[in-house]
Amino acid sequence: MSISTSLVYLIGLPFAGAAILLLGGRRTDKWGHLLATALSASSFAVGVYHLFQMVNRPVEMRPTSQKLFEWISVGSFNVDAGLLLDQLSICFVLLITGVGTLIHIYSIAYMSEDRDRRRFFAYLNLFIAAMLLLVLGDSYLSLYVGWEGVGLASYLLIGFWNQKPAYATASKKAFVMNRVGDMGLSLAIMIAFATMGTVSFAGVAEQVDNTSEAALTAMGIMLLVAAAGKSAQFPLQAWLGDAMAGPTPVSALIHAATMVTAGVYLITRSNFVFDAAPTAQLLVVIVGAITLIFGALIGTAKDDIKKALAASTMSQIGYMILATGLGPIGYAFAIMHLITHGFFKAGMFLGAGSVMHGMNDEVNMRKYGALRHFMPITFITFGIGYLAILGVPPFAGFYSKDMIIESAFNSGGMQAIFLGSLTLIGAAITAFYMTRVMILTFAGTKRWDEGVEPHESPWLMWFPMAVLAVGSVTSGYLLYHDKALYKWLSPLFEDHGEHEELLKPIVVSALALTMVAIGVSIAVYKYMRENIETVAPENVSWLTKFVRKDLMQDQFNEKFFMRPGQLLTKALVTTEDVVVDGSVRGVARMAIGSGSGLRGLQNGFVRSYAALILVGALTLIAAIWVVVS
Amino acid sequence: MDASNYLYISALLFTIGAVGVVVRRNAIVVFMCIELMLNAANLSFVTFSRINGNLDGQVMAFFTMVVAACEVVVGLAIIVAIYRSRRSASVDDASLLKR
Amino acid sequence: MKWLTLLMFLPLVGAAVVSVLPKANEKAAKQAALVTTIAVLLVTVAMTLNFERENVGLQFVEKYAWIPSFGINFAVGLDAIALVLILMSTILAPIVVLAGWNEAHGGRWSVKTFYILILVLETMMIGVFAATDLFLFYVIFEAMLIPVYFLIGGFGTGERAAAAVKFLIYSLVGGLLMLASIIALFVMSGDQFGHTFDINELSQLQMSSTTQNLLFLGFFIAFAIKAPVWPFHTWLPDAAASASPGTSVLLLGVLDKVGTFGMIRYCLTLFPEASKTFTPLILILAVISILYGAFLAIGQKDIKRLIAYTSISHFGFITLGIFAMTTQGHSGAVLYMFNHAFSTAALFLVAGWMISRRGSSTISDFGGLQRVTPVLAWSFFFAGLSSLALPGLSSFVSEFLVLVGTFTRYPVHAIIATFGIVLAALYILIPVQKALHGPTTPGNENLKDLNLREKIAIAPVAAIIVFLGFYPSPLLKIINPATTNIIAQLGFTDPAPSIEDK
Repeated sequence: MSISTSLVYLIGLPFAGAAILLLGGRRTDKWGHLLATALSASSFAVGVYHLFQMVNRPVEMRPTSQKLFEWISVGSFNVDAGLLLDQLSICFVLLITGVGTLIHIYSIAYMSEDRDRRRFFAYLNLFIAAMLLLVLGDSYLSLYVGWEGVGLASYLLIGFWNQKPAYATASKKAFVMNRVGDMGLSLAIMIAFATMGTVSFAGVAEQVDNTSEAALTAMGIMLLVAAAGKSAQFPLQAWLGDAMAGPTPVSALIHAATMVTAGVYLITRSNFVFDAAPTAQLLVVIVGAITLIFGALIGTAKDDIKKALAASTMSQIGYMILATGLGPIGYAFAIMHLITHGFFKAGMFLGAGSVMHGMNDEVNMRKYGALRHFMPITFITFGIGYLAILGVPPFAGFYSKDMIIESAFNSGGMQAIFLGSLTLIGAAITAFYMTRVMILTFAGTKRWDEGVEPHESPWLMWFPMAVLAVGSVTSGYLLYHDKALYKWLSPLFEDHGEHEELLKPIVVSALALTMVAIGVSIAVYKYMRENIETVAPENVSWLTKFVRKDLMQDQFNEKFFMRPGQLLTKALVTTEDVVVDGSVRGVARMAIGSGSGLRGLQNGFVRSYAALILVGALTLIAAIWVVVS
Repeated sequence: MDASNYLYISALLFTIGAVGVVVRRNAIVVFMCIELMLNAANLSFVTFSRINGNLDGQVMAFFTMVVAACEVVVGLAIIVAIYRSRRSASVDDASLLKR
Repeated sequence: MKWLTLLMFLPLVGAAVVSVLPKANEKAAKQAALVTTIAVLLVTVAMTLNFERENVGLQFVEKYAWIPSFGINFAVGLDAIALVLILMSTILAPIVVLAGWNEAHGGRWSVKTFYILILVLETMMIGVFAATDLFLFYVIFEAMLIPVYFLIGGFGTGERAAAAVKFLIYSLVGGLLMLASIIALFVMSGDQFGHTFDINELSQLQMSSTTQNLLFLGFFIAFAIKAPVWPFHTWLPDAAASASPGTSVLLLGVLDKVGTFGMIRYCLTLFPEASKTFTPLILILAVISILYGAFLAIGQKDIKRLIAYTSISHFGFITLGIFAMTTQGHSGAVLYMFNHAFSTAALFLVAGWMISRRGSSTISDFGGLQRVTPVLAWSFFFAGLSSLALPGLSSFVSEFLVLVGTFTRYPVHAIIATFGIVLAALYILIPVQKALHGPTTPGNENLKDLNLREKIAIAPVAAIIVFLGFYPSPLLKIINPATTNIIAQLGFTDPAPSIEDK
């Protein structure tokens, strides 16, 4: 472990950008976007500097830490605001700042017509800062600050055009569902403190051996809940589709490359907890497996290009979560897929944004078609991303996805065959819906609305796409070659030696490619025709309808959480009014009632007063008489 | 003669007075009934004084007379004032206390 | 130097100055009030700097005979908790005066009266936290009601008279129960060591457990009404909805803290055994308050009532922290009291500005404010984030400390309370969406954004919220010794981590 004093700049630069742009207001409109981009780029430069520093140090000295100040200290609860840059976080730092900077550049052109562009860049910088804090925090509590910080940035960016009520609702939905996950994270932190007396990563890792498995399982499950919320995993996945309401660069950065992968980071970072809690680990695998199929299925029925890509993101993160659930053999591959996915999915989202830019913000793929002639650069970059996600050699996805499928097959026991098959089926479905996206968008005939004149986007937009496309081609091989990433990360994980190989790598690759071929063929057969309907056909099987409704995820949440919640709220409001406040008012009314009842006696007639006095006196005499005798 | 007979008369006079206050409307009559009750009380005081063989009760009776005299002065003045303003000495007409 | 007397005397001097100013010169009254409150703040800051952190006894002690025949003294002194709360009150006072520059207009009485009431209230706010004589405490506790009653009834809106009466009666009922307990303590002290109202001496009293329980309840119910804890809370939404924003800030920010402060200062120290007996019940009430307040907030249509219900939820957290009997819970609760004042102040002041501009406090009357009045909208959103305890803002630190402190001893309560953070997201984001997002609805197109005075008023609040979110140590360092001392005196130690040696 070495000490650094410059880690804080990684976070500080973009944070300063956000603060300047938000507090500066309209005064900074003219140059705000340039400042934000420059700060993001300089943060990237700091990251690269640290990478070189790190590579040049011996393995055990590679992690770097910086203590900023004492944050919270009460009794035995001591948390410092500290940063930790190790082999795992540097991957994220470079991905976040690198892809982040490209997307800043892209957004300069993409958002140039928007009168609130400065605010957009402020939010982007805020996001970068929060995300860096998330991956650099050296304790669960510092991570938590970044964790909710990215949630806030995501909320602001999804709702960037919140004058449209549906978009505002989408942002709220995302934040609230994320908060459910956050609740899991805060409970995990509480469990850690109550059982281990510490909340720092190093401290928890140290105490794992002395902690009961029950506590670790509880903590692991809570971390999984947190990961599910942030990474849109089952059962907290429903917000991601709606999150596409945000501007497309946001979808590329936050909802494809970085923020939604925070769950993978969290589980990988907590590997010591999960390795000691097999039940929790199994749940991670199950959640990943369900989501990878779930997302892929949703992707098959989406006509909105961004939502199709969002479903694909969900599914791909399902792969990563599954890999992390496999334990030490999976962590490195989860991170590898995360990085390659960051390249190709961000590239495809930017491509989608470029298409929308050229098509008057149309998102319905049924109204695209034949765009390869009009947007050649977009077509090529998008196509590279497409080949990468399919896992065609030698594109990036081939290396990373195959490794996950391979690990699934090699995870041992009966579950291995089951998981392996699931990942293969997922690959086939992925091939199907991605091919469908490609065909509907770039091939076939023109199905545009009138007045649409598609054109290639300006260089500020295609340049980042091109860079990402290069990454989509090369990153896989670079990380895979000589087990580079695996070796880089392995000091962090406890590997239990060699694993039995159920299938040889070459067999897995062959199987995977076969499945991809099947998926592609079905899509080509179904969609490579002249007469694609511009409105989705209604006479389809119940299965299609079911998938089109996102497998009823919203209906389920509405029926089992939202409506009962609303009912409960209404019931409580009524209770408050009738029972709690009612009893108070009842007492008041009783006082008023008895007063007004007695008021009748005050009728103003002297004689009735006299009579009352008489009655009173007689009663008194009678009472005395009774008592005395 | 048995002293208790005086007490019976006192009680009788007091009852007549009390009933009179409650049933009669004319303020003058009501007033006289009050006097009757006061004097019934005086009779009791004097009787008790006699029974106990000391003068306490008689002293108290003098006090009562003084109070009664004051009351007559104030009370008659009020009745006359009301009669002047309302041309009526009925106590039921003057029910202003209600408001 | 007689710090506390000076501190309590200063606002009265200000009030006297305001009262001799000509009625027509409203501006002079406002300026005098502002200058006075700022002077008080400066004195408090000086006191804070002179406070000895490690000394857990009372500091700045002063004692003068008041009614010697009953052993009643004008005795004041500060521990860390009282200091923090006085600091909080004196920071809020100038902010309230500045933020509500125009809210005294249109009241039943003159603007001058408003500021006299505010200044008198400030004296009492300081006195109630500083009093170390039980009788003095009781007198100020009750006397505080008077200026607040007139502030609500005279300068409020809507059904202000009814709300003021409800507030008064609730508080009086609680005060009466407490008075009965105080008299009992006084009588018992006479039997045991001579009549006294001094809280340090009273805490040495020997009592049977039944007596202790009954007297504890007398105090606790008074504080639970003040705080307010479910089910004694219904006065708060009415009062907060009818009071002017500045008054609401003082009401929720400072006066309600007297309840939670009293729980620590009086319930725990005077009746340690009874506190332990009732802890299970109180924890349940606290958890109910958290969830109940949150659900009710979600269901509100009026923005002021909504904020009032969020406070009920927050007070549930504070009570939970106090009775969890761990240092984290206790320090968290005290810090929460401080932080809550500022997040609620921000919410109420900004909501007040929204209401005065729009002329309505119904949430659905607003819409799309973000496009029309960006600074106002941002201020509201920021205040909301602070209320939902976003990490990085001050309320997160305190809320998390309370939760983590509760979890170590009462995990089930903590887990249920944690649901509150999801509900918090709902009760903040629903009004944010309705009022700030969406298309600008008719009637909102011409609203004015914040002016310079309002920006100056909200800026320090925002600064405190952010600063203490990242760097709460200065306050925690003051609070920690005191809370550790209280927990130790009650005979508790923090549960140790359940690490086994394998």
